[in-house]
Amino acid sequence: MSGHDHGHGHGHAPNPAPSHAPSHAMMRVNLHIWRQKDAHDDGRMVAYPNVECSPDMSFLEMLDVLNERLQEKGEEPIAFDSDCREGVCGMCSLTVNGTPHGPRKGTTVCQLHMRSFRDGEEIFIEPWRAKAFPVQKDLVVDRGAFDRIIAAGGFVSVRTGGCPDGNAIPVPKEEADQAMDAASCIGCGACVAACPNAAAMLFVGAKVSHLRHLPQGQAEQKRRAQAMVDTMDAEGFGNCSNYFECEAVCPKEIPVKVIAELNRDYLSASLTREERKADGGGGG
Amino acid sequence: MSWVCRLYRSSLGAKYVMATTGLLLFGFLIAHLLGNLQIFAGPDAVNSYAEKLRSLGPLLWVARIGLLVIAGVHIATAMKLAKANQEARPVAYAKVTHRAVKPATKTMVLSGLVILAYVIYHLAHFTWGVIQADHAHLEEELGGGATRHDVYSMIVLGFQTWWVSASYLVALVLLALHLCHGITSVFQTFGLHHSKYACAIKMAGPAIATLIFLGYASIPAACWLGLVKLAEAQ
Repeated sequence: MSGHDHGHGHGHAPNPAPSHAPSHAMMRVNLHIWRQKDAHDDGRMVAYPNVECSPDMSFLEMLDVLNERLQEKGEEPIAFDSDCREGVCGMCSLTVNGTPHGPRKGTTVCQLHMRSFRDGEEIFIEPWRAKAFPVQKDLVVDRGAFDRIIAAGGFVSVRTGGCPDGNAIPVPKEEADQAMDAASCIGCGACVAACPNAAAMLFVGAKVSHLRHLPQGQAEQKRRAQAMVDTMDAEGFGNCSNYFECEAVCPKEIPVKVIAELNRDYLSASLTREERKADGGGGG
Repeated sequence: MSWVCRLYRSSLGAKYVMATTGLLLFGFLIAHLLGNLQIFAGPDAVNSYAEKLRSLGPLLWVARIGLLVIAGVHIATAMKLAKANQEARPVAYAKVTHRAVKPATKTMVLSGLVILAYVIYHLAHFTWGVIQADHAHLEEELGGGATRHDVYSMIVLGFQTWWVSASYLVALVLLALHLCHGITSVFQTFGLHHSKYACAIKMAGPAIATLIFLGYASIPAACWLGLVKLAEAQ
């Protein structure tokens, strides 16, 4: 737990090793949180000093407690996104101390606990920052751009009807593994939030890689890469400069290999894909 | 040709252009290095090489204009990308903590612009003869009244001046930084990524950048150490 590696430097006895048993001692943190009334407000950082919480609380539970205090005082609670709080839905989206999802690798912010922070630590909480993810209120951003990228090509076309036999098309284990690794993307947008260019390449790469490794995804592979990249560009995401910060913050640890695959597919599609006259490349 | 325009306008198309033009400029770096390293073979080797280059006539101009266009496209596309990237995040973070961002990647625009400025200065020095003009028009006696441009002496006298060598080394450090990121990125941009050779690609940028640095830096180093000296002094 990296948060415990730092000493207090205040003359306390050395920190006890992180314990898995519930600790009864409460801790205090000094929060700096982005507050923004609505999409048109300019917004600003607001300080919330001495917020008391238990080290065993999750980061979002700590914010719940703060919100209760704010409501008791008649103040507007802080708006933030969350849903499953189990690290699988991709809804939570906080930039904690300058890193999307906070200091722990491979962890969504809902699975981050206050024991990862020091007693008395200053914590900056900001929304995802990208033109394509406009802030709606406080820490809530509109990630509809991801939905529109998926709608442009993140699917396979199938005839509905009777349920097909699950194992009708054999998929080699190695390919299935690669598809599953890419499919673990929960679409939270941390890659965009972390990228110095606010690029969405890890997300689009994961979606393209997920389907390109499966036989069902092969037929539409070229059209998919083109349509998804063109939509990504139109949504105002930045360009990939190979910083690889996305890979480092991804809570599902999706590798940048998927971006290389996307680069390959898009080039191949641009050079070799048969296009129909009416086909603009976008849309499904 | 509409597909070409569409490709160039896309974010990935711009990256293919950056990678392709970068690779071509890297090719020039290699050729230029091999040409210049002939200084170790003595005045005759370098001077006859320079003479041969100059006698190419129209071909030389094709190469020069080609290089100018390639560099122009590389720079223009980089500026276009940098502007788009800036616009993609209109509100900056109050606090940023990076995990993976490397200095070489972060400073690509800066190192690129410094290299551009240096190249203009370098041309003014050794090609146009504007800087240190008294070294630029030296002639080598070939006997029988014939002479040829004495590039060897121009280079040696140039690098014996401390600020010529110092600015050259500063530019080389930035060039090496630029190549560290650029060379490794070319593979990623063209989709060449596999666990079999991922490590080799990661090392390729720093390794090749170091070789280029050492190759180019060997020339002023040799001039300072007296390994390469003026013909009269030999």
